Amino acid sequence: MRLNFLLAMAWRESRAAHRRMILLVAAVAIGVAALVAINSFTRNLLAAIDRQGQALLGADIRFSSRAPASPRLEALIDTIADETLTVLCQRGECGLAPNDIVAHRTDFDAMAYVPRTEGTRFARVNAVEGPYPFYGKIVTSPAGEWERLTGGRRAIVDPALLTSLAASIGDTLVLGEGSFEIIAAIEDIPGAAGVSSAFTPRVFISAQWLEATKLITFGSRVSYRTYLRLADEAAAEPIADEYGPLLRPDRIRIWTAKRDREEMLEDLDQLGRYLGLVALIALLLGGLGVASAVNVFVKQKRETIAVLRCLGATSRQVFATYLTQAIGIGLAGSFVGVALGLAIQHVIPLVVGDFLPVDVEIRPSAAAIGIGMATGLWVATIFALLPLLDVRRVTPLAAIRAPYEEVTSKRRDPWRWVVSLALAASVVFLAVAQAPSRMEGVGFAVGIGVTLGVLWLAAFLLAKGLKRFFPRRWPYVYRQGLANLYRPANQTVPLVLALGFGTFLLSTLFLIQANLLRQLRFDSGVDRPNLVMFDIQPDQIDPIRTTLDSLGYPLREAVPLVPMRVQAINGHQVLSGAMRDTVTGDTIPDMTNWAFRREYRSTYRDSMMPTEILLDGAWWDDLPDQPTGDGHFAVSLEKDIAEELGVGLDDRITWNVQGLPVDTRVTSIREVDWAQFEPNFFAVFEPAALRGAPHMFVTLTRVEDARMRGRIQRILVERFPNVSSVDLGLLQRTIDRIVGSMIMAIRFMALFSLVTGAVVLIGAVATSRFQRVREGVLLKTLGGTRNQIMRVLLTEYLALGSLSALVAVGLSSVAGWAITRFVFESDFTIPVPQLAGLTAALIGVTVIVGLWNSTEVFRATPLEVLRAE
Amino acid sequence: MLRCESLSRTYQSGGKPLTVLKDITFSVGAGEFVAVVGPSGSGKSTLLGLLAGLDLPSAGKVYLDGQDLSGLSEDARAILRGEKVGFVFQSFQLIPTLTARENVQVPLELRGLESSDRAASLLERVGLGDRGHHYPAQLSGGEQQRVALARAFTNDPKVLFADEPTGNLDATTGHTIIDLMVELNRAYGTTLVLVTHDPELAQMARRTIRLRDGAVVEDSAA
Repeated sequence: MRLNFLLAMAWRESRAAHRRMILLVAAVAIGVAALVAINSFTRNLLAAIDRQGQALLGADIRFSSRAPASPRLEALIDTIADETLTVLCQRGECGLAPNDIVAHRTDFDAMAYVPRTEGTRFARVNAVEGPYPFYGKIVTSPAGEWERLTGGRRAIVDPALLTSLAASIGDTLVLGEGSFEIIAAIEDIPGAAGVSSAFTPRVFISAQWLEATKLITFGSRVSYRTYLRLADEAAAEPIADEYGPLLRPDRIRIWTAKRDREEMLEDLDQLGRYLGLVALIALLLGGLGVASAVNVFVKQKRETIAVLRCLGATSRQVFATYLTQAIGIGLAGSFVGVALGLAIQHVIPLVVGDFLPVDVEIRPSAAAIGIGMATGLWVATIFALLPLLDVRRVTPLAAIRAPYEEVTSKRRDPWRWVVSLALAASVVFLAVAQAPSRMEGVGFAVGIGVTLGVLWLAAFLLAKGLKRFFPRRWPYVYRQGLANLYRPANQTVPLVLALGFGTFLLSTLFLIQANLLRQLRFDSGVDRPNLVMFDIQPDQIDPIRTTLDSLGYPLREAVPLVPMRVQAINGHQVLSGAMRDTVTGDTIPDMTNWAFRREYRSTYRDSMMPTEILLDGAWWDDLPDQPTGDGHFAVSLEKDIAEELGVGLDDRITWNVQGLPVDTRVTSIREVDWAQFEPNFFAVFEPAALRGAPHMFVTLTRVEDARMRGRIQRILVERFPNVSSVDLGLLQRTIDRIVGSMIMAIRFMALFSLVTGAVVLIGAVATSRFQRVREGVLLKTLGGTRNQIMRVLLTEYLALGSLSALVAVGLSSVAGWAITRFVFESDFTIPVPQLAGLTAALIGVTVIVGLWNSTEVFRATPLEVLRAE
Repeated sequence: MLRCESLSRTYQSGGKPLTVLKDITFSVGAGEFVAVVGPSGSGKSTLLGLLAGLDLPSAGKVYLDGQDLSGLSEDARAILRGEKVGFVFQSFQLIPTLTARENVQVPLELRGLESSDRAASLLERVGLGDRGHHYPAQLSGGEQQRVALARAFTNDPKVLFADEPTGNLDATTGHTIIDLMVELNRAYGTTLVLVTHDPELAQMARRTIRLRDGAVVEDSAA
C-alpha cells in the first residue's frame, strides 16, 4: 500500500468538503473536550487532595464519640501521647508537653443570635481546645485571627452566618447564655466543602467558654473529638487497627488522616467518573454523527470510487484512503477537543465549587490528554468503519452503468459482524473504563444501547409507516416534506438518534430534578408547619406554648423525644457493630451496620400519624393485652429499620434508655412518608413504656410571614437559649440551592451532548445540502415559491423534531421513573406543563437549526445550480 | 491482446434471470482499433465491462494480454487494469475533488510511481498544459474529456477502452476528441476498443463488432 498516495488522496478528497469536515471535527471535538475537561479537572482535584496530606483531618489521628472521653479513652490517649513525645524527643523535638500534641473539639448545634441586628440562625458550634489544627491552616478574614481565638470570648464564623444574621466583624454573638465577639470570618478550612456548612454555618469558639453557654444539656447531640499529632503519619494506621475494635463497645470511632484522604479521593473520583460518563455520551453522539455522515458520504462517492477501481485501485486502497480520512477527522477532532477541554476545565470550579473540599490548581493532566486523544480517535474511527465497509463493495462497473444487482448482500459480509461487534465492545469498554464500577459501566452501555435502539426503531417505523400510510390527500408541500423523510440517502435515522439522545438526556435530568425538589418541598401548603422547635426541656414546653399563643401562633402537639440505643435483640447483646450471644458468648458477625450503632430518638404516643401506614401487626389499641403479656412493652418499627435490624413481628428488642434497659416486643411494622416534614420516628413506643423516662420535646407551628418567623426565633433564643428552631422556608431555599448546584454540574456536562446533537443536526443538513438545493431549484423552476419551499422544509423538520422529542421524552419518563423510584426511592410524577414546554422548545430548536442551515435552498437561483451541474 | 471465448452474462433482475450477453467469441490484436456498436440495451457496456475485468462473466473466459481474467480476484484484476488498461467514459468520470493534473496522476500514483512530469506532458499533449490546476467543474465538457484522455494514457496502457466518449459532447468537440484519441492510439501503439452507437464514429475504426440483443451479429473489417 502506498502511504503517500493514501495521504494525498485523503487530503485531496477532503478539500472539497471543508464545511462538512469542520462539522465532523466539531462533533468529535465537543465530546473529547467534555471528557478531557472533567478527567483533567478530577485528576487535578485528586492530586490537590493527595498533596494536602494530614491537613484534611488537621491531625494524624482522631477519636470521636457521642459522649465525653471515657477513662479508657483518656488512658489510651495518654499512652499514645507519651510514646509520641518520646519518639519526637529522640528526633530532637524535646520539651513538648502532651497539650502540644493533643487537641479537642466539641461540636453541637445551637441557635446563634446577634443582638445588634436581632438576627438568629441555627448553627454548628465547634468548641476548640489545644493547638487544633496540627496540619494545614484555617484562613480567616481578617488574616491571622485563628491564633487569637482561644485568647478570650471570641468567635470565628462562616461568612454565610454573617450574611444571614446581617452581622459584621466586631458584633457580639450570643450562644445560649454566653456572649462572644466575632473577630473574623472563615475563608478556608482544608477538607471542608462549601456545601458542608450550607445548612448549619460553623461557629468556632474556645472550649474554655463552653460551660458558659449552658447549651450542653440532656438530649443535646454532641460530638466529642480528640485530635492527635503523631511522630509519624504511618503510626496512625496500626493504632486504628489495634484500638478500633477495643473502643467499639464504647462507641468511639477512630479516624486517620490516611483514611480521610482515601475516602475523599474515592468519593471525588466517583463523582468525576459519573460526570465523565455524561461526557462520554457527548462523544458517542459525535461518533454517531461521524457514522451517519460517512454513510451518506460513501453513497455520494460511489462514482468516484468506481472510477478509481477502473483506474486500477484495489478495494483495500480505496478503503484505506477513506479510512485515513476518518482517522484524520478523529485526530483533528481529538486535538481540538483536547485544547478546548483544557480551557473548559477552568470553568468547572464555577460549576462544582460548592462541593470542592480543597482549592484546586488547574493544570493540564497528561493522562487526561492521552485518554481524550485515544478515545476521540478510536470513537471516530470505529464509528466510521461500519459505513466505510461499503466502499469495498463498490463495483468498478458502476463507472459505466448502474449495476443490475448488488454483488453480494450486506448481511453476508463477515466484516460487518466483526466491526459491529467491535463497535459494541468499544462502547462497553469505554463505559466500563469511565464508570465507577464494572457493573455500572455495563449498565450504562446497555442503557445507551436500549435508548438508541428504541430511537432507531421509532425512526425506522416512522419512515416505513409514512411510506405505507402516506397522506396522499394532503397539499403537495406537506406531502413533499414528509416524503423527504424516507427518500434515498435520507437522514431520518441519524437525526432522530442524535436529536433524540440529546433530548433524552436533558429531559431525564429535568424530571429527576423536578421530582427530587418536589419530594423535598415541605413548606408548601397553607396548613403545613414551617417553624420547628426542638431540644425543648419538659419544663419549657408550657412557657413556650404561652409565648407563642400570646403572639397568635398556637403550637402543634409537643412530641416527646427519648434518646436510646439498641442493647439486645432476641437476647443477643449488641456490641456496637456486632452482636454477642449472651449464652455462648460468640460474636455474631455480619451485623456491623449503622442500625445497631446509632442513637435512636424515639417517641411514644397513643395513635398513628397521617404520615404513617400500618403494614403488618396491630396498633396498641388492637392488641389483646397490654403490655404484651410477657413483661415486654409494645414497639412499632419503621419497615426499613426493621429490615436493617433483621427483626419482624414478635421479635424482642431491649433498648438502653439512659442506662436503663427497656424490653419491648415488635407488635407492628409501619411505612413512613419521610418526605413530609413531620416528627417521624423509626421506633414508636406505647406510652407506658417511656412515660417515666427522661425526655425532651419537639414541636411545630405555622407562621406565614418570614419576618415574623425571624422574630419568634429571636424571642425564643432570648428566653430559652437552649431551644433550637429552624425556619423551614430558609431550609427549603438551602435545599433548592444544593440540589440546583448538583443538577447544574450534571447539566453542564449534558450541555456538551446537546451541543453535539446540534452539530450532528447541522452536519446532517449540510450533508444533504446539495440534494436539497437541487430540489429547491427544481421546484422554483417549476413555479414553486420560497414560501412553499420553506413549508416543505418546515414539515420535514417539524416531523423529525416532534418524533425525536416525543420518543425521547417518553423514554426519559421511564428512565426518570426508574432512577427516582429505585435510586432515590421516592415517588415519581410527571410535571406535564413543564415537560410539554421542554418538548415544544426542543422541537422549536430543531426546526430553527434545520431552516437556518437551509438558507441556501431559498437563496440559490435555478440558473446557478443548473450551470454548476 | 484481447480475447473472449463463449462469453455470457446473466443477471438476477427483480428476482428473474436476465441474460445480457450470449456466447460471444472474438479476439483483438495488438494495436488494433475496434468499434463495438449496437443499439441501446444491446449489451455494449456489459461487454466492455467484462473485457476490462470490471465484472466477471457467467460463462466463458476473457484473456487480456494473455492473462485469464476469470482466474483473478477483483483486486488482482484492478492491479492488472492499473498496469495495462486505460479508460475513457461517456460522462468523463473525472474525480471532482481533484484538479485536472491530479486526475491525470492517479493511475501512476496508485502504483506508487512518479507521476508529475508524465501528467504535465500528457496535459500539454491534449492542449491543457495551462489548465492543470483547474477542478473538473471549472472546465468545459470537451476539456474534461481531454483530461480524461490524458489520464487514460498516463500508465501507457496496452488496451484503451472508450465507452461512448463523445456521447456528452457536441459534434465538433466530439471529432476533436476522437482525432486526439486516434492520434494517441497510433503514437503509443495502444489497442483501442471503442463502444458507441454512433455509426459515423464507428467508421473511423478498422474493425466493427455489431451487437444486438446480447449477441454478435456482425464482425467486419473496414
